Amino acid sequence: MTTQELEKFCAAVRRDIINMTADAGSGHPGGSLSAVELMSAAFCTQMRVDPKNPHDPDRDRFVLSKGHASPCYYGVLGELGFFAKEEFKNFRQLHAILQGHPDVKKVPGVDASTGSLGQGVSIAVGMALGAKHLKKDTRVFAMCGDGEAQEGQLWEAFMSAAHYKLDNLTVLFDNNGLQIDGSNEEVMSLGDLPAKLRAFGFDLIELADGNDIAAVVEALARPAVPGKPRCILAHTLKGKGVSFMENQVGWHGKAPNEEQRVAALAELEGM
Amino acid sequence: MAEKIATRAAYGEALIELGAQNDKVVVLDADLANATQTAKFQKAYPDRHYNMGIAESNLVSVSAGMSTMGLIPFCSTFAMFGAGRAYEQVRNSVAYPHFNVKLCMTHAGVSVGEDGGSHQAIEDLALMRVIPGMTVIVPADAKEAKKAVFALAELEGPAYLRLARLASPVFEEDYPFEIGKANVMREGPDAAIFTCGLMVSECLEAAKLLEADGIRVSVINVHTIKPIDADCVTEYAQKCGKVITVEEHSVIGGLGDAVADVLMGKVACKFKKLGVNDRFGQSGKAEDVLREYRLTAGQIAEDIKAAL
Repeated sequence: MTTQELEKFCAAVRRDIINMTADAGSGHPGGSLSAVELMSAAFCTQMRVDPKNPHDPDRDRFVLSKGHASPCYYGVLGELGFFAKEEFKNFRQLHAILQGHPDVKKVPGVDASTGSLGQGVSIAVGMALGAKHLKKDTRVFAMCGDGEAQEGQLWEAFMSAAHYKLDNLTVLFDNNGLQIDGSNEEVMSLGDLPAKLRAFGFDLIELADGNDIAAVVEALARPAVPGKPRCILAHTLKGKGVSFMENQVGWHGKAPNEEQRVAALAELEGM
Repeated sequence: MAEKIATRAAYGEALIELGAQNDKVVVLDADLANATQTAKFQKAYPDRHYNMGIAESNLVSVSAGMSTMGLIPFCSTFAMFGAGRAYEQVRNSVAYPHFNVKLCMTHAGVSVGEDGGSHQAIEDLALMRVIPGMTVIVPADAKEAKKAVFALAELEGPAYLRLARLASPVFEEDYPFEIGKANVMREGPDAAIFTCGLMVSECLEAAKLLEADGIRVSVINVHTIKPIDADCVTEYAQKCGKVITVEEHSVIGGLGDAVADVLMGKVACKFKKLGVNDRFGQSGKAEDVLREYRLTAGQIAEDIKAAL
């Protein structure tokens, strides 16, 4: 995909996020909108996956450790054709495949059930370790959030990724700076994240703008450093693309009403 | 019943044999490989054993991830940490997606002994039993533990295997083992004693003591707590009219409650649960601790007699 095509893809995913959360009347638009470029670039430019054969044992894997960003995940998978886009309307409804948080048993393209923070990256470590064990060239991508970095398990996962030299693992770190109760700084400051991530053994790539699709694509394309897991620490904007949602704590877990949906879609049409 | 072998030791031996037959089997531990006995597998297959360090949450979720690659992870640590500390990882990383992870946890129950109450899991069966789709097995002796390991490798889906630290009697008879099928170890009309794990041999001894007093009881080894053998439980409860459950676990949520769930509203019978009565464990020699909690043959016989 060209940069222009990727931008269009990202805009479509943003509209999906707005529509899904508005239809459901609940969900997490803020942290979904911040993650769009990271997830879209991973799926569209790096991952070897086939929407028609979602269980191919030789596919690359993706784990959304920050599972509440499911609207973004479903948007990406739906746009790629893993399931019919009609499913978007049933997001969070009884018997829907698109559960509030990703369910591996229900959604083609989802590789792990996540949402309980801290566990997804560990699961991704298990996949990467399993791939190494089986001498497969599978690559594993995991996305975590910054609030999630308050979970001790995330650091257990990071420690084990370095210990087992998982250079087939890429952690996409969506650093939008906000969580439900406020900013990371107010709730529980994360300190010097780049230093911590380097100290945990990552080949660290820091992106000043994690919503710059070209920059994300370039970072993902860099060759792996042998013996080291990679982390892309992406500074992103929560609510990115919808002016009244941008950098607003209140839009972490609140759905747009009809008026807000119309306003948001109008802004995203121009993208 | 001369020889004594701990079920954890049998687990370690079984893994080596299983590993030779099934190259999908990998073993994960959390810095307790000598205690859980997975070190034996590590020695035999160093490139198939992964030590995750003292990080049980990660241990369980990493096992979940490995299972998605087509491997069969046997995940081991102490029951306190595997079923307790990492409970939510077992629930959400492993069981919710119904991944094929075998949670084989040792040092369950008060027979841990000297390490004390902080390390004696008396609630692990309750915690595991309540999870949808989880198979829960408590082998009675070393032979059964070995059979259970092989059976679990064939079972698709999450399972919990409860293993003991203490060396316990090995039955001379070679009983068949089928997941979900209880073994009747002794027949008697006066009461049905449903038990599991190390308490099976204690109950068989208790049955002998009772017989000397003219009381003849059936002893049923309910090695699979979930899915429980409802037919067998119902049959013996009806036949005997008096039911006593005996377990090295809290009387809340374990075997006793699993048996009660089968019988409630279905079979009218006298019912008594023997086990750890809503207390924590404590330090002491395993035999002394078991005696403190009235989990030895003589005490069990007395308590059965009192309940009849």
